Amino acid sequence: MSDLTAEGGHGAVPLDGVPAEPGPVKHDWPLYEVFVRGKRGLNHVHVGSLHAADDQMALHHARDLYTRRNEGVSIWVVRADDITASSPDEKDPFFAPSGDKVYRHPTFYDIPDNVPHM
Amino acid sequence: MSFDNVYEAITEDNDARWAFGTGFADPLSGVDTSVPSGVDGTALAAYCLMLGDDALVFSHRLQEWVTHAPELEDEVAIANIGLDLLGQARLLLARAGKADGTGRSEDTLAFLRAEHEYRNVRLAELGGGHFGHLIARLFLFSTWRLALLHRLESSVDPVLAAIAAKGVKELAYHRDYAAQWVVRLGDGTALSHQRMQEGFEAAWPYVGELFRTHPLELVDASTLRPEFDAVVDQVLATATVARPGVEAIAGVSGQTGRDGVHTEQMGFLLAELQSVARAMPDATW
Repeated sequence: MSDLTAEGGHGAVPLDGVPAEPGPVKHDWPLYEVFVRGKRGLNHVHVGSLHAADDQMALHHARDLYTRRNEGVSIWVVRADDITASSPDEKDPFFAPSGDKVYRHPTFYDIPDNVPHM
Repeated sequence: MSFDNVYEAITEDNDARWAFGTGFADPLSGVDTSVPSGVDGTALAAYCLMLGDDALVFSHRLQEWVTHAPELEDEVAIANIGLDLLGQARLLLARAGKADGTGRSEDTLAFLRAEHEYRNVRLAELGGGHFGHLIARLFLFSTWRLALLHRLESSVDPVLAAIAAKGVKELAYHRDYAAQWVVRLGDGTALSHQRMQEGFEAAWPYVGELFRTHPLELVDASTLRPEFDAVVDQVLATATVARPGVEAIAGVSGQTGRDGVHTEQMGFLLAELQSVARAMPDATW
């Protein structure tokens, strides 16, 4: 192992001697993604991830890690490898075509000031 | 929090920081904190001290696991449980200092009492061992304390009743967390089963003491035993852990934790718990 000199700022993680390819993951427990609903009426929002051995443990861990400050009234957990995600490579075909269709936005009437979260 | 409609829910308090935790509540808000007439303040204080010391001392043992737990997620879980119990201890010690008329603060009671003045059950002060030991102690302690606080929800002292009502919700989670681990380890691999069995064998001698009714106790502890046994037997059976047959460990001249007679580990625990407060009296931070 070479000297590990942290230099501060961006790139403070020393990379000398660290293999470029990720090694085998030591963690045995699968990754779960956590979604928390802050209040009735709001959506579940992705708040982070955690490791757990099974679904029930994931729910417990989510409660312990992500609702400690009274953030939630409901939690969803889902195995990360059960999520199908869009790929960054497909960004243009997926999202660019909607970029010039302003008429799809409800911009032609006023939203009252006292309607939040819009 | 309950709302008549969704719109009201999202506009509550017009809180710009709605994504963060809001709506914190003081468990004692609106509760009359004067000692009710007909209640012996000294006896009430002594009882609050017992329950407060159980929570304070066990909380300290849980805090010792921080940076030592097998997984980061469980480390936070254990710390959370320790914080819940510390919160209960603060309320109970503050109640004790007020009810006995001495006006001692929660800090005075926590940091400036000697070992023989502590009234916790000895199960709470057991330390060391492996994760199986911790889970066995946590499961037994929270099962017993949940049954106890259930009774105290109808206490004649409104403060004690309010503390119990708060604690019941916390302990229901502690018991659930511990029970899931008992089953997971007990019904897991040969090694994890052995660890879980070891944990119960080591803690079991201190279970009998939980149901000895001290003269000053407001709840007859022996009446909690059937509920405790039912829960423990169900979880142990699911976990394929054998109920230990070991005898209860004797006290000294019949005296146990509730009388201020503790295990030899207690002095070391208090030395660590109290050292900063004693080295820097009246310090604030």
